[in-house]
Amino acid sequence: MAKKPKTSLDRRVALGAILARRGDSLLVTGLGSTCYDAGTLDHPNTFYLWGGMGAAAMVGLGLALAQPKRQVIVATGDGEMLMALGAFATIGAQRPRNLAIVVMDNELYSETGMQPTHTSRGVDLAGIAKASGFARSGTVYNLKQLNASLPSLYMSQGPVFLAAKVTSQRYPMSIRYRDGTAIKNRFRENLLGFDKAYY
Amino acid sequence: MKPAEKAITWPQDIYDAFKKLGIRQVAYVPDAGHTQLIKSCHADKSMKAVSLTTEEEGVAMLAGTWLGGERGALLMQSSGAGNCINMLGIIQECRFPLLMLVTMRGEWGEFNPWQLPMGQSTADILGRAGSVVQHVDDAERVGETVFAGGQMTFSTGRPVAVLIGQRVVGFKDWSK
Repeated sequence: MAKKPKTSLDRRVALGAILARRGDSLLVTGLGSTCYDAGTLDHPNTFYLWGGMGAAAMVGLGLALAQPKRQVIVATGDGEMLMALGAFATIGAQRPRNLAIVVMDNELYSETGMQPTHTSRGVDLAGIAKASGFARSGTVYNLKQLNASLPSLYMSQGPVFLAAKVTSQRYPMSIRYRDGTAIKNRFRENLLGFDKAYY
Repeated sequence: MKPAEKAITWPQDIYDAFKKLGIRQVAYVPDAGHTQLIKSCHADKSMKAVSLTTEEEGVAMLAGTWLGGERGALLMQSSGAGNCINMLGIIQECRFPLLMLVTMRGEWGEFNPWQLPMGQSTADILGRAGSVVQHVDDAERVGETVFAGGQMTFSTGRPVAVLIGQRVVGFKDWSK
């Protein structure tokens, strides 16, 4: 196997760069670190998953199909996405133009004791996305590469997949907003308006 | 009149219930019992019919559907119910509506012993995972049960599973 490029990306710097361009797009996070990272940049157009490992990409698909005029970003971890390999195929077959999936890939299960994931053993999530029919797919290792790939996340020519290889740096859990019903209702009220959200 | 000679209308009745409920997204893992309904949903330009690799994808997808302001339904066979369990935690915690239509195996006249473990526990498992479970064994009541289940889930934010009995779906007669 070829020697792997070394990553210099910090997960919170990377997510910050992605969300700086979010505009009116909708964000779904996977559980764990990505949820906490996004919590430091809280926004009513963010839906946080705190459980249901493997759900993030498919929540994104349902949302993208329901809101074809809005860009939908899913940000999650490598462990979460490895649990949802079938979702690559389902999304690749469906080809929603307004869906982008970003995996913050530290090659570790950092919530459960830093055990290595299969991405540390050569499993290539961007390759899986490409083979599943995603319109664009890539892997970035530093901020310059990430910045260059950012426009494609918001171009509505998806589905787009991006693996951002990030360092193993951990941060404290920095979000206290974890009542699922409240998170759902806030998201719907903001997106649909009060009347439609509760009709 | 023998049941075999009666025209089968319940798949169309479900489709009509979907239209009345305003269902826009239909996620499914195929089952022979849902063949006609899946065809009708694909043919309807106002619906998005999404083929899944596993049933749990549909639970997650329909959470997103509701987040985006649309209504959906999930079609599966009873063997798929067990695949959904952890994802149903999202539905319960967030009080998402979820309409599940489960065609049953492993109950009325089943010939395949491998279908029994899941078929016999489907109602219990879904119930323990927080879902309302409504079993329908009369073909003429399938449509109204789906409509009533839809009313309940979309109004209350509690998942509803309609189990369509094997007596309705039919079984293979291996004595012939």
